[in-house]
Amino acid sequence: MATTISLNNVSFHYGERTILENIDLQLQEKEFLGVVGPNGGGKSTLLKLILGLLTPTSGEIRVFGQTPRQARSRLGYVPQFATFDSAFPITVRQTVLQGRLGRNGGFQLRYSAQDQAVVTSVMEQTDILELQQRPMTALSGGQRQRVLIARALASEPEILLLDEPTANIDPEHGENVFSLLHRLHDKISIVLISHDMGFITRCVQRVACLNRTLVCHATAPVRNSLMERLYGIPLSMVDHSTHLSPGEQS
Amino acid sequence: MTFFEAVFQLDFLLYAFVGALLASVACGIVGSYVVVRRIGYMAGGIAHAVLGGMGLAYFLGQPPMSGALLSALAAALLISWVNHCASQQEDTIISALWAVGMATGILFIARTPGYNVDLMSYLFGNILMIAPQDLLFIALLDTAILALTLLLYRQLLLVCFDPEFAVIRGLRVSVLQTLLLCLIALTVVILIQIVGLILVIALLTLPAATARLFVTSLSGMMILATLIGSIATVAGLALSFHFDLPAGALTALLCGSLYLLSMLIRRP
Repeated sequence: MATTISLNNVSFHYGERTILENIDLQLQEKEFLGVVGPNGGGKSTLLKLILGLLTPTSGEIRVFGQTPRQARSRLGYVPQFATFDSAFPITVRQTVLQGRLGRNGGFQLRYSAQDQAVVTSVMEQTDILELQQRPMTALSGGQRQRVLIARALASEPEILLLDEPTANIDPEHGENVFSLLHRLHDKISIVLISHDMGFITRCVQRVACLNRTLVCHATAPVRNSLMERLYGIPLSMVDHSTHLSPGEQS
Repeated sequence: MTFFEAVFQLDFLLYAFVGALLASVACGIVGSYVVVRRIGYMAGGIAHAVLGGMGLAYFLGQPPMSGALLSALAAALLISWVNHCASQQEDTIISALWAVGMATGILFIARTPGYNVDLMSYLFGNILMIAPQDLLFIALLDTAILALTLLLYRQLLLVCFDPEFAVIRGLRVSVLQTLLLCLIALTVVILIQIVGLILVIALLTLPAATARLFVTSLSGMMILATLIGSIATVAGLALSFHFDLPAGALTALLCGSLYLLSMLIRRP
């Protein structure tokens, strides 16, 4: 399988502080990678490096064989809603349409019929079509998260990158986000950052544990029916004894 | 004689009336950006720095409004540069610009020979002094603001809502942010003639903040803010006519009262 994102010996320093050290990571086509780690462990920094919002202090990042800046139009980014102004006057549809901006470069006086059609289709996929005329201020945390996923999908990305999609969401809505990602995974690669270990091990194929340095694990199905009863859903568990070289899959 | 009869009989009142309506357009559009982007402090910095340019123009015997326009744009570019290169010190540098601009202006005006009647009208505005050529100048600035906003509405909306996503979508965010500050600079120059530079911030934030309580889109906010701005400026002018009080201060107070009232109405 083709490699889509590759990080070779990447380090990032913020002033004197080392945020990331010697990171090696290969993401394969159609892979679902989870990145977990403590707060301040460099998870968001890793995403921003892949998106080309930050430049590594040393090492090399390639996305589809290009630099992150060249390739970022092929990436779909889902930020945390908590960082937004929750009183911003904007409707759901207007927000999702933002994903169509910048595709033709320069001025864009109006959204084309094709833009509108793509937006309608991704809103159907993410189950927010009936909310399209609602203001963002009137939505729940889970609904906002799905709007941001829809906006990222509207740019027709080849890889979806999500930053803490279950932060500030109650478990039931987290479950909806999980099943949505599971459906999307048929079509695109996904990189998901979360501090929520339970969430991440349910949906991903491979987990990267990040706390300044990075260690990858494969996930294996849990046979223990007690665990399933405990969570009420099928689980995968991270087997920390399986040490795979980066990029390798079980 | 009522205010509206007087508007059609007294030229200076008609000019003031038209000036108030024209200024409301810039105030509604650009004020909405200032409120959603939360850059009232930057707008305040630009407004006060303008006195330096006006003072210099006055001292050199040039039209003060040309000095205002140049210094407002220079302040906008400087703030945008600081924002880009040294964002940690942004707050301090805006404060410095604010105070140094005013001090420079006051010194130039003090050294200008003759009777300095204009200082107070720069600070607090004198809408009754507006001449037909001022109206033309305001209309030109309005046209520039309106045209740029229509052309770049979607891009500016995204830059205000989520600048990081705008970068990923390939928009030239720093150029758009600089442009936004330049639009604020043009609006400041317009509003100085209506309410004076100290009260500019009232018209640049309160009508838009009031409008935001009732709308679900940025364009709706701009239209409603324009409407609220024109009600406040015209009512301020009318009250000033009836009670012989300064129009600028009345307008600012009306904006504040409308905002407070709307907060009470919209609060469940």
